[in-house]
Amino acid sequence: MHLTLFLAFGAVAVAGAINLLAQTHPINSALSLIAVMAALAGEYLLLGAEFVAAVQVIVYAGAIMVLFVFVIMLLNAGVEEHTKGSRVAILLGVPGMLLGSILVAWVVLRHSGTGSVAIGALPGDPRTIGQLLFHDFLLPFEITSVLILIAIMGAVVLASKPQAVQKGRDH
Amino acid sequence: MVPLSYYLVLSGFLFACGVTGFLIKRNIITIFMSIELMLNGVNLSFVAFAAHWQSLAGQVFVFFVMVVAAAEAAVGLAIIIAVYRTRETLNIDQVNLLKL
Repeated sequence: MHLTLFLAFGAVAVAGAINLLAQTHPINSALSLIAVMAALAGEYLLLGAEFVAAVQVIVYAGAIMVLFVFVIMLLNAGVEEHTKGSRVAILLGVPGMLLGSILVAWVVLRHSGTGSVAIGALPGDPRTIGQLLFHDFLLPFEITSVLILIAIMGAVVLASKPQAVQKGRDH
Repeated sequence: MVPLSYYLVLSGFLFACGVTGFLIKRNIITIFMSIELMLNGVNLSFVAFAAHWQSLAGQVFVFFVMVVAAAEAAVGLAIIIAVYRTRETLNIDQVNLLKL
C-alpha cells in the first residue's frame, strides 16, 4: 500500500518535473510545478510529516506559486524564444541530467543499505514541530524573521517604479 | 515499507530536473521556477532522512528552507520586474550587460 502510494505520487512528481522542462510557455511550466508540489505534499504525508505537508500546500503551492503566476500575467510573458546558445546547453544539460540521475540512483540503490521507512514513521504534527521550533531552534527562527523583513523591504524597493524611489529621495 | 533509497532517488531526480531547466531554459521566470524545483527536491530528502533517523530536526529545517525560498521568490520576482521594466524582455540571452 505504502509503495503503491509512493509510486503514484512519485509518478506525478516526475511527470510534472519533465513537463516543466518540455513546456515553452511559462504559465504551463508554473502549473506543472504546482503539480510537482502537490505530489510532494502527498509524499510528505506518507512520511508522517503532516505539518510540512500542510505548509508545502499553503506556502509553496499557494503563496509562492501565486506570486509566480501573478508576475507571469503582469509581465505578459509569451512563448519562450529559442536562441542559438540554448542548443549547447541542451546538448550538455540533458546528457548531464541523465548521467547524474543514473549515477545518483546507482550509488543510492547499491551502496546505501539504509533500510526502509514505514508509513507515518515519524509523527511531525504541528504541536511537536512548534515546540522544537520555539525551543531548540529559537535563534534561527528569530533570524529568519529578520531575513523576511529584509526581503519585504528589498522587494518593495526593487519593484517600485524608479521615479517613486527618486521622489522618496528628494523628501 | 518503502526503502529510503527510493525517496532519495526521487529527490535526486527532481534536483537534476531543476538543474537541467536552469541550463536549458531561456525565460527568466522559468529559470527561477527551476530553482524552486531544486529546493523541493532537497526538501524531500530532508523529510525522508528525518523519518529514517527519527529526528524532527529535519522537518524543522524544511520549514527554514521554505522561509528562505519565500524570501528568495519575493526578491527574485521583484528583480525580474525591474529587469523587464528596463529591458522590455524576459529572454535571458538579451540580458547580458550590467549597464543599460
